[in-house]
Amino acid sequence: MKEVELNTTTINFGPQHPAAHGVLRLVVELEGEVVQRAEPHIGLLHRGTEKLIEYKTYLQAVPYFDRLDYVSPMCQEHAFALATENLLGISVPERAKYIRVIFAEITRILNHLLNIPAYAADIGAVTPFLWCFEEREKLLEFHEAVSGARFHAAYFRPGGVHQDMPEGMEEKLFEHFKSFPKFIDDLESLLTNNRILRQRSVDIGIISKSEAIEWGCSGPVLRSTGVAWDLRRSQPYDAYDQVDFEVPVGKKGDCFDRYLVRIEEMRQSIIIINQCLNKIKPGPISIEDNKITPPKRNQMKKSMEALIHHFKLFTEGYRVPAGQVYSAVEAPKGEFGVYLVSDGSSKPYRCKIRAPGFAHLQTLDHLSKGHLMADIAAILGSLDIVFGEIDR
Amino acid sequence: MIKILNKIDGTNNVLENNNLLEMQFEKNKIIKIFNELKDNTELNFNQLLDITAVDYPSRELRFDMIYILQSLTKNKKIILKTFIKENENIESITNIHKSADWYERECYDLFGIEFINHPDLRRIMTDYNFEGYPLRKDFPLTGHTEVRYDDLEKKVIYEPVKLSQEFRNFDSESPWEGMENKLFGDEKSNGKN
Repeated sequence: MKEVELNTTTINFGPQHPAAHGVLRLVVELEGEVVQRAEPHIGLLHRGTEKLIEYKTYLQAVPYFDRLDYVSPMCQEHAFALATENLLGISVPERAKYIRVIFAEITRILNHLLNIPAYAADIGAVTPFLWCFEEREKLLEFHEAVSGARFHAAYFRPGGVHQDMPEGMEEKLFEHFKSFPKFIDDLESLLTNNRILRQRSVDIGIISKSEAIEWGCSGPVLRSTGVAWDLRRSQPYDAYDQVDFEVPVGKKGDCFDRYLVRIEEMRQSIIIINQCLNKIKPGPISIEDNKITPPKRNQMKKSMEALIHHFKLFTEGYRVPAGQVYSAVEAPKGEFGVYLVSDGSSKPYRCKIRAPGFAHLQTLDHLSKGHLMADIAAILGSLDIVFGEIDR
Repeated sequence: MIKILNKIDGTNNVLENNNLLEMQFEKNKIIKIFNELKDNTELNFNQLLDITAVDYPSRELRFDMIYILQSLTKNKKIILKTFIKENENIESITNIHKSADWYERECYDLFGIEFINHPDLRRIMTDYNFEGYPLRKDFPLTGHTEVRYDDLEKKVIYEPVKLSQEFRNFDSESPWEGMENKLFGDEKSNGKN
């Protein structure tokens, strides 16, 4: 029998590596510079969110969702709010629905404004990073105006949103998004036809339609393969059935397609926001049932009942009827779902978080096989990996 | 769709609310059922979204196994549920849905449920050499060990958790109903009112 010499090198990528977008340990087996096997070791950011939520009331659980995928906080609160509302059997007022859609889309733009330049930085372009961060700051001011926090907003709560938008916010948003498409054009002029970006991303990390479905991919990763699947369209929640938008799809499912899908999604988000701004009307921003949402501050000064409600809500919380539910939203990264089990008490019995990045990272071995080591950075960047949600 | 689901061997309690199907199935027929769900053109549940478990320590069939599937063609989601005992195994579905790989590993890691025929059943979320199954209800929220950097040994060491204050879990659910002849602040009376 002929003797075969295996000529592979195994290297350790991470856990601290700028291109790993967080704490990812990757064991890569290389033959020369060609990847034979890439095995992610995750869990370095595991904080036990699901366990912690079991010990908190439904309202106290909301801030944990900001801290999962920490670049798109509001979309995740959205999933939890929808799940809880579903179990409670309530539906939120019209204005709250529109506010949620507006801020979910702002969050989507925020997320893509981080992912795109971070991806570009991974493969050699630094300027977009500086540009996008400036734009992000402007958008974060809107977050701050409604919730008081730039990131950890805790703004979407079961029953509606926490506060109404401050006066004049609609006009400010409208003004801002008038000039924003110009920024996307500028960003594209730096990237889309850039020779280096194309060389590093076209035909890299291809995933086919059937494979993407098989591996549980969603969001831009699934759409880049040509599957026009968007939960905002197919299973609309809140006010998404009231707005008109297009679902961009790719052709090949490579890194470049994923980049293009994200760029187009930002443009569609602006269209959605503008439609919402036209349709939104004054009105209540959360359900007016003080068993679930707290009474207004000035009511508490006068009404005994309001004071009792307030006290009960922030000590015991509200009880949620027993049952199970799975609610999903189209988060910027893909399908973000919350599987919630209630036993009838004021704390969730079990809260499973379905993170899109978890499914995407699982495909890494498949995507990077046969590519060069340097392409791993490109593939990771294009999958939009954030460890807060993967490790939970 | 409910009719077709009812016809599959080993399924029961099919119901639908808010565009979300729910169903229970028999654990032994898992492979057959999942193949049927995926291949039947009327159902076509082609995407596995999640696998998880729910722990009920007081029950004999301790765990609810939860599978969430989605059909991209029929635009439906389904929650599948089965029950297993504490030291029981369940067949892995990695041959049917590739994405089940990590979800089953996570379930094994956090609940200690073993999957038969899984290609690579290792811990995924917890630390290397971790002991115990964190999402079981009898695992304490604070955990058993904590880590710190030891300046004398010049390395990170593991020690049992030391809390300067006990973990406090307030039971604020309507104290009046739960009161059993005990008056708060009157502990010295030994319950003899």
